[in-house]
Amino acid sequence: MSAVIPTLAPSTPGKPKSPLSRLIEMGTHQRLLAFASLIVLLIGFSLVSPNFMQTSNMIAILQATSVNGVLAIAATLVIITGGIDLSVGTLMTFTAVMAGVVLTYAGMPLPLGVAAAIATGALCGLCSGTFVAKMKIPPFIATLGMMLILKGLSLVISGTRPIYFNDTPGFDLISRGSLIGEIIPALPIPNGVLILFLVAAAASYILGRTVLGRYAFALGSNEEAVRLSGVNTDGWKMAIYALAGGICGIGGLLIASRLNSAQPALGLGYELEAIAAVVIGGTSLSGGRGTILGTLIGALIMAVLTNGLRVLSVAQEWQTVVTGAIIILAVYADMMRRKKA
Amino acid sequence: MTLLVKMHGIEKWFPGVHSLKSVQFDLAVGEVHALMGENGAGKSTLMKVLSGIYKRDGGEVWIRGELAEPAGPREAQDLGIGIIHQELSLMNDLTVAQNVFIGREPRGLFGRLDERALNQQTAEIFATMNLKLDPKAIVGTLTIAKQQMIEIAKALSFRSRVLIMDEPTAALNDAEIAELFGIIRQLKAEGVGIIYISHKMDEIKRIADRVTVMRDGEYVDTVQASETPLSRIISMMVGREVRESPLQVPDTSGNEVALDVRQLNRGTEIRDVSFSVRKGEILGFAGLMGAGRTEVARAIFGADPLESGEIRVHGKVRSIKSPNDAVAAGIGYLSEDRKHFGLATGMDVRANISLASLDTFTNGAGVLDEKVMKDVAVGYISQLGIRTPSDRQEVRFLSGGNQQKVVIAKWLLRDCDILIFDEPTRGIDIGAKSEIYKLLEELAGQGRAIIVISSELPEVMRLSHRIGVMCEGRLTGILPGGAGTTQEDIMQLATQRDAGVSLAGEK
Ligand SMILES: Nc1ncnc2c1ncn2[C@@H]1O[C@H](COP(=O)(O)OP(=O)(O)OP(=O)(O)O)[C@@H](O)[C@H]1O
Ligand SMILES: [Mg+2]
Repeated sequence: MSAVIPTLAPSTPGKPKSPLSRLIEMGTHQRLLAFASLIVLLIGFSLVSPNFMQTSNMIAILQATSVNGVLAIAATLVIITGGIDLSVGTLMTFTAVMAGVVLTYAGMPLPLGVAAAIATGALCGLCSGTFVAKMKIPPFIATLGMMLILKGLSLVISGTRPIYFNDTPGFDLISRGSLIGEIIPALPIPNGVLILFLVAAAASYILGRTVLGRYAFALGSNEEAVRLSGVNTDGWKMAIYALAGGICGIGGLLIASRLNSAQPALGLGYELEAIAAVVIGGTSLSGGRGTILGTLIGALIMAVLTNGLRVLSVAQEWQTVVTGAIIILAVYADMMRRKKA
Repeated sequence: MTLLVKMHGIEKWFPGVHSLKSVQFDLAVGEVHALMGENGAGKSTLMKVLSGIYKRDGGEVWIRGELAEPAGPREAQDLGIGIIHQELSLMNDLTVAQNVFIGREPRGLFGRLDERALNQQTAEIFATMNLKLDPKAIVGTLTIAKQQMIEIAKALSFRSRVLIMDEPTAALNDAEIAELFGIIRQLKAEGVGIIYISHKMDEIKRIADRVTVMRDGEYVDTVQASETPLSRIISMMVGREVRESPLQVPDTSGNEVALDVRQLNRGTEIRDVSFSVRKGEILGFAGLMGAGRTEVARAIFGADPLESGEIRVHGKVRSIKSPNDAVAAGIGYLSEDRKHFGLATGMDVRANISLASLDTFTNGAGVLDEKVMKDVAVGYISQLGIRTPSDRQEVRFLSGGNQQKVVIAKWLLRDCDILIFDEPTRGIDIGAKSEIYKLLEELAGQGRAIIVISSELPEVMRLSHRIGVMCEGRLTGILPGGAGTTQEDIMQLATQRDAGVSLAGEK
């Protein structure tokens, strides 16, 4: 038996290949396709607008990606198990509010606020996971319920008013400061972006290298087969939802830091943006397949589009239309790819 | 001889696999032509080329004397080619009738579905097949055997001139096989040509007119079934002699009892089932389809609930509420339905083999050691002869029999004290079958308790140290293994519909 099967260009001696079929073969990896689209978008925008490629604009795009990117990573984890998480947006807000409660209302030190946000996220994720795994509520409904519960709770706890972090020095630096910029002044990448990449690296590692990740894919691929392998499927599923929740907590910190406040009315709609990024990145909504890198590229594509269209002064309304069209195109490309396979 | 189908010089490539190497095949009117070969020989692939599912990379296909280029399954159907796939492809949530007529539903005004006509036409097809089945039943609730019959009914409903059957009897019992053969003879008389794929050698003598053998994607030869001894066909398939070692029943009466189940009950499916297995013993379970063997196995394994009953493992009562509990107690169960319950088909061979034993490949932080996993997977690939380009190949691209071997590897790796094998050799070729028998005997020899459920009586008799027989949810008797027990003895118990449990062979 030969060693490793080539994944990109299978060597099929004797079978002549046209340039077209080679192109399709390259497209067989949605991630490549998404990456290529990203490059095309970048080149396209920079050709029509000289301002687009400026460092400050690039950094603005990255900064804009950070929150959606982190939420999309959380959504990716759940979607790979064959589930869906509609609560990532309002959970983000809820964790921000909880950070506000700990830091501003109770006046505790910064690390406790950070811990509170992440722990709240993980706990809420665990709740969703319990609804799904133990109570067998379909993920769509369980997390739809969570989405509303958390939105309501955020408003109740905050008394519908924003909570400001003016009394916590350094809170705004979580997202807006730049550790990298201090070391390399030419590269003032904000901490928010750094955190996004750290979260992405960690999630990628968990998915690719750990038991938790392996079970996430296996659950999405054939849950019953996993259960009959003697695996505690309920427990692992709850763990994934909890992990996703914890990551939403990081998203909550990022947005609160960027706005220097917890805005309790915010959050609804973020879940759809996150899911859009996941889908553009080639993760299958039916579970079992997906990558964090793809999601990251998906989130970048969305941010580049929004930014580029704004630089071209396309009206906001049209930006939304374009985003919708991109989602449909991306999934269509994925479908073509699978049909061929 | 009028030829319905003639294929010549057929080539097919998959990434890293040359599946068909200049293969030829033909089929005459009113003929049953068996296609034989080991797992992964290319039988299913050749048939998928003929039925328009795969595009061939070379060669020519003539259908009724005309050069044909079936562009897809639909076109192939229009050319009169029907196929019953190796893997069932029914929609579980639809009714039987809806499945049979999917895409061709009888319609009323304004495209309204005519459910009455649908059910009636389905019932008519079933009647010609002598099949008692409610057209309104939901497919997912039926046994695999019933589902197989539905696939056959569906293919028949197309009035195909050529009917391809890819291992149609893998999940059928003897009575059902006899019925299927009746249908095949009837079709033959009507001039339909049938291409028949099976790993059950005895069927070839019973039903086939000619036999074509393939090996490693190559055409070997075509012979007359009546004139060729089976042993010759086997050596053509395998490329060597396959020697069957006879059963030797060891004396295990002094060994510790590994698994002891008492008074298991659930509705009418499991009624008062009690038995025990000792270490080093192979307990076979025979019975007709639907006798409740799988139900008992799944209940012991915690996959389905029990209403009452006690399970003792190594003398201790264990409460087994889930497969997770069962594996923790040292019980493994290899399901009869690999596609739904055995494999994550979208994942690769390596991941599937390690799926039940991931904890042994991790460090404290839950990080997987891919290198060890790879070594283990590669080890099983060579031990069981799994035909795959590498351990990273997705399981869905393997041939049916090779998928089954992956499931077996998964449980061998899990290394349970008590192993329940439900139809372990379903779809496995004759050479690999004897390898698996040897393996089961080795496992027993190492002191494991083995339970084997099989619908093939010769298999049960070949393997079992004791033979439990079930009928309608009851264990009607346990017979001693070895030459003393005949097929008739087993069949008598398997059809013993009333109470009166005999425990003749119970030690
Ligand atoms: N879609 C596919 N992609 C990649 N390889 C494939 C694909 N389909 C089949 N193969 C490979 O082609 C070879 C022939 O497979 P095929 O399913 O025809 O075997 P088979 O003779 O039907 O075996 P079995 O008796 O186990 O059903 C195998 O090595 C298989 O792994
Ligand atoms: Mg096959």
